[in-house]
Order: sequence, then structure tokens, then C-alpha cells
Amino acid sequence: MLELKHLSYAVQEGDGQLGILNDISLSVADGSLVVFTGPNGGGKTTLAKSIMGLVQPTAGEIFWNGENITHLGITDRARLGISYGFQQPPRFKGLTVRKLLTLASGDERLSKDRCCQYLTRVGLCANDYLDREVDASLSGGEVKRIEIATILARQGKLMIFDEPEAGIDLWSFARLTETFEQLHAAGGATMIIISHQERIISLADEVIVVGEGRLRHRGAPAEILPQILSDTLGGCPVLTKEAKAL
Amino acid sequence: MMDTAIDRELLEKIADLLGKPVGAFNIRKDSGCDGRQSTEHIQITSKEDKPGIDIRIQPGTVGETCHIPVIITKSGLSEMVYNDFYVGENCDVDIVAGCGIHNCGDQESRHDGVHTFYIGKHSHVRYTEKHYGEGTGTGGRVMNPQTVVYLEEGATIQMETVQIRGIDSTKRDTKIVCGPGAEAIITERLLTHGDQTAESDMEIILDGEDSKGRVISRSVAQDESSQVFYPRMVGNAKCFGHVQCDSIIMGGAKIKSIPAITANCMEAQLIHEAAIGKIAGDQLLKLETLGLTEEEAEDCILQGFLA
Repeated sequence: MLELKHLSYAVQEGDGQLGILNDISLSVADGSLVVFTGPNGGGKTTLAKSIMGLVQPTAGEIFWNGENITHLGITDRARLGISYGFQQPPRFKGLTVRKLLTLASGDERLSKDRCCQYLTRVGLCANDYLDREVDASLSGGEVKRIEIATILARQGKLMIFDEPEAGIDLWSFARLTETFEQLHAAGGATMIIISHQERIISLADEVIVVGEGRLRHRGAPAEILPQILSDTLGGCPVLTKEAKAL
Repeated sequence: MMDTAIDRELLEKIADLLGKPVGAFNIRKDSGCDGRQSTEHIQITSKEDKPGIDIRIQPGTVGETCHIPVIITKSGLSEMVYNDFYVGENCDVDIVAGCGIHNCGDQESRHDGVHTFYIGKHSHVRYTEKHYGEGTGTGGRVMNPQTVVYLEEGATIQMETVQIRGIDSTKRDTKIVCGPGAEAIITERLLTHGDQTAESDMEIILDGEDSKGRVISRSVAQDESSQVFYPRMVGNAKCFGHVQCDSIIMGGAKIKSIPAITANCMEAQLIHEAAIGKIAGDQLLKLETLGLTEEEAEDCILQGFLA
């Protein structure tokens, strides 16, 4: 189980402090799929990064399976089974897709068949990609799908995905949602997905709306989705009738 | 031949040799010949006027390999060697060179070599040259290779040079002249550390119509080492040339990269790219999320970059 207790993260702004995360407490049950959603700049990515150790909170504690991991580094958290798919993954000159998957799996003799399975689940063909370098020759969508494949190869107990749908075409996105659905059905891992996509939100056991560094709403998709929709332009009380018609 | 553990280690490092090579070979050790074998199609003979060998590859030789590694195990040894390669028409061969220095003394060990290739029409040559230095002595390990290649019509050379580590000073000088339809692909990998210095001066002259040149240079400068690159591509006819230099800079190192392209013909199409930068922080973080320590992540990035 993942537990966040009174988690805060603030940065210096002028003479004062700007709170990015403000006293967040949260529990995520083993095997569940939780979606973080909410407005841009609301703190979703910072919250997810603090779980992986990419951001060090200024207050509060993080527990993973009962162990206080608040002060553990990224590597140690990764070795405890936490994995993280970046919203904008880095590129590596000289590192091939095969090498990256091998590193992710921790198995130096990772077979082509296994690589093929991971890549197929993100809509890529191993024959076309295994020996390619993860460099600027790949499109943003390709790099993103390879990033997700590394998380699948990692086989962690807690998988965090930051906007996995961003930059991915419609066909690959459909394949990706199937993969998330299958992973969730298998029940081997806890998943936290940052997403704005209705199809991904509808897969969740629980949807958490993060805004202004706080947990604004939480509940089942059927309960939260209407609230999200009411917060869109159509639900804006300020817009005039003419503006809504545009 | 290969009688000590040091010899065997050096030969494995620079030429991937684990025993007696298959095919033609010449092993030069401490300025002497430590083993030689010619084949029906590849003849190796000593030069009579100066140190070095002539390698003559008969026209139509396909699928053969020629190993000509050099090892130096004596401190204070300095040599200048001239090797000439005459490759006939319609060949397809691999040539594996390389130099390893083991210096446990306090005097400088130095190998200067001039390799000149005359590659006949429609022949394809893959040329690999690895440099490596080791030893606990304070004496310097110095290598200054000069490579000159003349490609006749439709000929190609794929040249891969690697400075693995341990070379205190190097000055590389490469000149390639491409005839009509000829193609030169040069991949250069170079690592310096400590207070080492490296300089690579390269000129690809695209003389013939439809000739092509491609230079891919990747280097890593660590500690207080310094590197200078001068890759130049000259287009004298309808041709295509691409120079790409990438360097990773670390510690207190210094790198200077000065690619140049010169077009002397309206139909010449030449491109150069050069980049120097440190290891990106997001690359390290990504690999750490895969369970690598920061040091392991750094090694992995450097190994991949120089692979």
C-alpha cells in the first residue's frame, strides 16, 4: 500500500513561499488503479514525482508497504518496485531500444520475444525498433511509447504514468488503454496514471482531482466525470451566452 | 607469438583476437615482427627502405580478413611505421589494425604510423583501428596515426576508429579522396581522461561526381583532458557530405570542435552539425528510475554514446 501523510512541497518565491503541494494525505490500495486529473499547474506531476523521489517534499511522509521512503533516493525506490513513466522522456544517443528494455527489466539476457511483447503492448513492432537508438531520429510519440514499454519491462509493484496519452496517435492510444485495462485486470501492480482522457479515467477504481496543490475531489469515475465536465467552458458562470456558442 | 598475458590482453582489446588470427595477419611487437601469415589472395611483405609492410589484396578477393595489430610493451620505445595497402578491383574485405601500449616504466612509449590505402574500382573495405594504453609507469603512452585513403570509382571505405582509453597524447591525421561514385563513412570514437590531450584533423575530399562522405564523431572528455576536432569536408563535384560531431564534456575538461564544409561546385550538398554538452540531468534521472545508481547511469550513458 502507498500512503502519503501531510505531504507538502513549497518553493521560494520572492520573500515568501509558494505552495505547490499543500498538506496532501492519501492512501492507494494494492492492485488499484488511481487516476490523478485536474487543471494544468495544479500539482499532479509534482505529486507523482514526489512518490518516485524525483521531487523531495518539504514536509510530510511517504510510506510504501509500511516502509517510510520519504528520504530514500530514486534508485532505492526503484529497487523497492516503484517505477515512473515520464511525460517527456529523455533521448539517448547510442542507447538502443533493446538496451533500454534490458536495463529496465534488470535481466541482461532479456530475450527478443520478451522485448517484442513489451513493444507490442504499446503498438510498436520489435523488428522495426529493437536496434534503433532512442535518439532524435524517433518521433515524440515513438519515444513516449518506448518509455511506457520500459515501465512494462520493469514489472514494478507501483507503476506511475505521467500523461501516457500525450503525443500518441489515436490508434496507439486505443492499444494503450487496452494494455492498462489488462494490467489492472491481472492485479499484479498498483497503478497511478496522470491523465485527462475520459477513456483512461473510466478505467480507474478511483479518480482524484488535484488542483492548487490539494485533493479537490475524489471518487469513482461515474461520480467524478460529471464534475469535471461541469468545470469545463460549458459550466463556466462567467462566460456570456454568445461566448459559449462560439 | 602472443606469448605473455600482457600481449594477449592487448591484442584482445585492440583487435578482438583471442588466438592466432584466421586469414592474413602481421603482428608487430616492440618494433619487431611477432608473427605473419599471407594467404592466396592477400600478400604481406616487409618494406625494404623503411619500417613497415606492404599489403597487396588481389582483385576479386571477397570475404577475407587481414589483421595487422601493433603492440608495444617496452617503456621508452619509439617507432615510426609505414603500412601501404593496395586493394585490387571488386574486393570486399575487412582490415583490422589497432595499437596497444603497455608502459610500466618512466619513459615515453610512442607509436607513429602512416597507413595509406589505394582502393581499386568497386571495392569495399571495412577498416577498424582501436587504440588502447595501460600500465602503472609514469612514462607517457603516445600514438599519432596518419591515414590516407584514395578511393577509385565506386569504391567504399567504412572506417571505424576507437580510442578506448589510456592514451596520454594523440594526434590523428586523416585524409580521404573520393573518386566518382565512391563513398567514405568514418566513425570516430574517442575517450580522454586525466590530463590527456587528443587532436583529430580530418579532411574528406569529394572529388568525383556522385561521391559521398559521412563523418560521425563522438567523444567524451573527462577530468582535465582536452580535445580538438577539425573535420573538414570539401565538395569539388556533384556530391553529398555530412559531418556530425557530438561530444560529452565532464569535470574540468576542454573540447574544441571546428567542423568545416567547403563547396567548390554548385551541385555539392554539404551539411555539418556539432554539439558539445554535459550529460543531461533527465537522462541520469530516467536511468535511476530503472534502478541504476547515479554512477551506473553515467557509465551506461557514456558506454552507449561511445559504442
